[in-house]
Amino acid sequence: MTLFGNPWLHGFIMGVIVLSGAMGVAAYAVWFERKFAARMQNRPGPTEVGYAGLLQPIADLLKLMQKEHLVPFSADRPLFNLAPVLVVIAPLATLAVIPFGPGWVGSDPSIGLLFALALSSLMVIPIWMAGWASNNKYALLGAMRAAAQAISYEIPLLLAALVPIILSGSFRIGDIVAAQEGGQWFALWPPGPGFLAFVLFFLTSLAESNRIPFDIPEAESELVAGVTTEYSGMIFGLIYLAEYLHTFIASALAALLFLGGWQGPGPDGIHWMMLKTVLIFATIFWIRWSWLRYRADQLMSICWKIFLPLGLVLVMASAIWVHLR
Amino acid sequence: MVTTSTGIDFSKLRQRIGDGLLEETVLLPMPCVRVKRAALAETLQFLRDDPEFRLHQLSELTVVDMLYLREDDRFDVVYLLRNIPNELRVAVKCAIPEEDAWVPTAVGLWAAADWGEREAFDQYGVRFEGHPNLKRILNHHEFVGHPLRKDYDIYRGHWCSEAETLLDELELRRRRFPERRNRTDEDPGETMILNIGPSHPASHGTLRNLVELDGERILYSIPEIGYLHRGFEKSAETHEYNQVVPYTDRLNYLSAISNNVGYIKAVEELCGIEVPPRCQAIRVILCELSRIMDHLVCNGANIVDLGALTNFWYLFNLREKIYNVIEGVTGARLTNSYTRVGGLWNDINDDFVEQTRAVLAEIPQHVDDTLKLVARNRIFLDRTVGVGKISLDDAISYGWVGPCLRGCGLDHDLRKSDPYYGYEQYDFEVPVGHQGDSYDRIMIRFEEIKQSARIVEQALDNLPDGPFRADHPMAYLPDKQSKTYANIEGLVNHFKIVMHGITPPQGEVYSWTEAPNGELGFYIVSDGGMKPYKCKVRPPCFYIYSAFPHIVEGEMIADAVAILGSLNIVAGELDR
Repeated sequence: MTLFGNPWLHGFIMGVIVLSGAMGVAAYAVWFERKFAARMQNRPGPTEVGYAGLLQPIADLLKLMQKEHLVPFSADRPLFNLAPVLVVIAPLATLAVIPFGPGWVGSDPSIGLLFALALSSLMVIPIWMAGWASNNKYALLGAMRAAAQAISYEIPLLLAALVPIILSGSFRIGDIVAAQEGGQWFALWPPGPGFLAFVLFFLTSLAESNRIPFDIPEAESELVAGVTTEYSGMIFGLIYLAEYLHTFIASALAALLFLGGWQGPGPDGIHWMMLKTVLIFATIFWIRWSWLRYRADQLMSICWKIFLPLGLVLVMASAIWVHLR
Repeated sequence: MVTTSTGIDFSKLRQRIGDGLLEETVLLPMPCVRVKRAALAETLQFLRDDPEFRLHQLSELTVVDMLYLREDDRFDVVYLLRNIPNELRVAVKCAIPEEDAWVPTAVGLWAAADWGEREAFDQYGVRFEGHPNLKRILNHHEFVGHPLRKDYDIYRGHWCSEAETLLDELELRRRRFPERRNRTDEDPGETMILNIGPSHPASHGTLRNLVELDGERILYSIPEIGYLHRGFEKSAETHEYNQVVPYTDRLNYLSAISNNVGYIKAVEELCGIEVPPRCQAIRVILCELSRIMDHLVCNGANIVDLGALTNFWYLFNLREKIYNVIEGVTGARLTNSYTRVGGLWNDINDDFVEQTRAVLAEIPQHVDDTLKLVARNRIFLDRTVGVGKISLDDAISYGWVGPCLRGCGLDHDLRKSDPYYGYEQYDFEVPVGHQGDSYDRIMIRFEEIKQSARIVEQALDNLPDGPFRADHPMAYLPDKQSKTYANIEGLVNHFKIVMHGITPPQGEVYSWTEAPNGELGFYIVSDGGMKPYKCKVRPPCFYIYSAFPHIVEGEMIADAVAILGSLNIVAGELDR
C-alpha cells in the first residue's frame, strides 16, 4: 500500500518524514525523560530555555555541535570516527520497515520483522568497534559487557517475537497488526502466552537498548561512561541519539506486535500507534528512574536461566494454540 | 568525668616480662604501661591473648615526638588497645631513641597495625621491623623527611612529579595470596590492571584503587590514599586550641559538628572542664542531626552506586532541610565550627526548636519513600545481601567501629556502653546486623536515622535552661563590668586568656565519641602551652578502609563500587 502513488516517490517522502520525525522524537525524548525524571525526584527539570524548557533539546544540540571533536592520542582514529556513524545507521534503517499507521510505512516487505530484529542485533558491532578503538580500559569493559549482553538477549527477544509471528503466520508487520483486528491484541489473546510474550519482549528490549535495570554497559558509577567514555561533542551525541532511537523502536515494535499497532477502540490511525508507543516509552523511563542496576553475571543468569526457557515454552504454547485453533 | 584511678591489675604482665615493664601510668582516661622495646612484642601478645584482658582491637597506633619534652629517647610509640564488649582500654608506650628508631611490628597480632604502622612510619620515620610493606601512606612517595617530627622544616617545598605505579604492592599481594589468581604457572592467563580512581564517579572523594582483573572479577586490589592529605595534625600543632576547630570541620565534612564536638570534648577532658547541661543537650541534638545527615548522604550515594538515582533526591532533599536548621544555629551549612572549649559559639536561635521539630516530622516520609523503593526490591537484595561480607573477628582485628562493626553483629555503641553528654537519659535502640554484608550496613544506617530522630525529639522535650557554656576561668573571658574592671583576679584572668589563650595543664588524653562513622578519637598531648603539642585524630574510616582489599578481592567490579559506598569512606577524614 502506498500513500503517494509512485513507490519511489512514496519511499522518498516517507523517508524524509520518518527520519526527520525520528530525530525530533529522539531529541524530545530526552526532554521528556528529563522532565519525567525530575518530577519523580521532586525537581522541576529544565525550565529556562523556552516554555517549560521545551527548547532545551535544541540548545543541547547546538552545544554538542559547537564542541570540539576530540580523538584520544592512542585511539584507532578511523575506527573511532566510523563507529558512531555506524551505530546510528542501524536504528535509522530499521525505521524504514516500522509502520506507524495504515500505509504510513517506508516499505512493508514480507520479512519486515526479521529485518528489524536483524538490524537491531547489528548494533553490537559498531558499539564494540567504539569500545575497542577508544583504547580505554573502561570503554573496553563497557563494550565487552554490551556485546555479551546484546548477544545473549537476542535469543529471548527473538523467541518472544516468534510468538506473534506464529500466531499471525507472517513476518510482515502489516499482517501481524491485521491479525490483531477486533481487539484481539496478542498481549491479551491468547490469554497466557500472549501476555507473557509481551512482558518477555518488553524486558528483553530493555536489555537490548541498555536501559535500567540492564544498563550495565554504561553503568556510570562503575565504568565512568562505558563505551562513550572517550567520545565528545556531536559524535557522542550520535551514540546518544542511537540509544534513544533504539528505545523508541523497541517501544514501537512492542506496540505493533502485541498491542494491535494503530488499531484501537474508535477510529484506527496513527494516533493510537503514537499513544501506545509513548506509553511504553514512558514505562521504560519509569522503570529506569525507580530501579537499580543488575550486576553483569546476574544479568546473564537471568537471561539463560529464566528468559530463554520461558521463551521456548511460550513458542511451544503458541504453536500448540495455533494448531488446536 | 574521667577518673585517674583505673583499677587494672598488671601483676601478671609484670610476672611475664619482669623488669621490661618500666612504669604503670595513666593516659587519661585509661591505664598505660610503659615497657622496654625488648619486651614490647611480648607485652602486646600478652595483652591480646590473656583472658583477663583480651584486647582484640588495636584502636590506634601513633608516635609522639618528645624532642622538646625530655632529653633522652626521642620517640614514644603509643598503642591504644581495646576490648570492645568489656569497654576495656589499655595504652602501651615504648620509648625509642632517634638514631635507632625501630620497634617490632604488630601486624601479626592485629590487622589494623598494617596501616597504623605505615602512617607512623610516614609521619615520624619510626621503622616497624618485620612489617611486610612499610611504605608511606599519606604523603607522596617522593616526599623527603617525616613531617610530624618537631624539627621538620615546614617551609621546605617538595617536587612530587610521578604517581606511584603500585606494582610493587601488587606483587606483594600476589605472593601473599597466590590462590586468588587461580592460575597455574604454565597458564598465567591474561589479566587486566585497571586504575579505579583517583578521579572516578564511584570514588567518593579522591581514592585510588589499583585492581587486577580477571574478566570482571577482582583478583587483587591495592588502595592508595593520601590524595586529600592536608596535614591536619601538623596544622593543629601550630594553632591555639580553639583555632583548631575549623580544621576539624573538614575531617568528615558530611557531619562537621560531630567532629567539632569530638575534638572539643578531648580538649575539655584535658582541661578538666565540664560543660553545663544545656550545652550538653545542644551538642547531642546537633550531633544526632549530623548523624542523620551523614547517613542520608551515605545511603543515598550508595544506592546511586547501585544504579538508582531517584532515591538520592529523596534523601538529599531532607538533608538540605536539616542544613537549613543548622544554618540558623551556626551560621554555616557545611563547615560549622560551632563548638568552643567550654561551650558553644553561641546559644541556639529562638525558633530552633520549632524548626527542628518540623524537620523531624518529615524524616519518616523521606526515609520510608526510599525504603519502599529498595527494601524489598529483588534487584537491591541481589546486589547487597551476602555481598561484601566480613566476619566479626576480622572486622575487630581491622579496627572497625560504628555502623560497619554493628553490621557484623556486635551490639556495641559508645553512646550506650560508655555514655557521655547524658546519652544514658535518652531512650533509643542500637540496630545490629547479622552477617556483615552491604545490606546490613545500609539498613543499619536507615534505622539509625530513625533512632537519632528519637533522641533529638527527647532532647528537645527536655532541653535544660541555663548557660550554654561553662563558667570556667580558662575557657571564657570574664565578665567585663563585674570582674575584669572590678578586681585584680578578673583583670589578670582576662589578660591571660587574651595573651596566652587556653592553656591546659601538661598531660595527655585520648577521648572518643560515637561519630556517624563510629569511634572518632582524639589523642591530644599538651606541654602546658597554648597550642596542642600533638593532636592525633583517629578517623573511623581510616581503619575501615584498610580492610577494603580483604573484602573486595574475589568480587566483581560492580560489587566493589557498592561495597565502597556502604563503608562510608569520607576522604577528608581518611586522609586528614
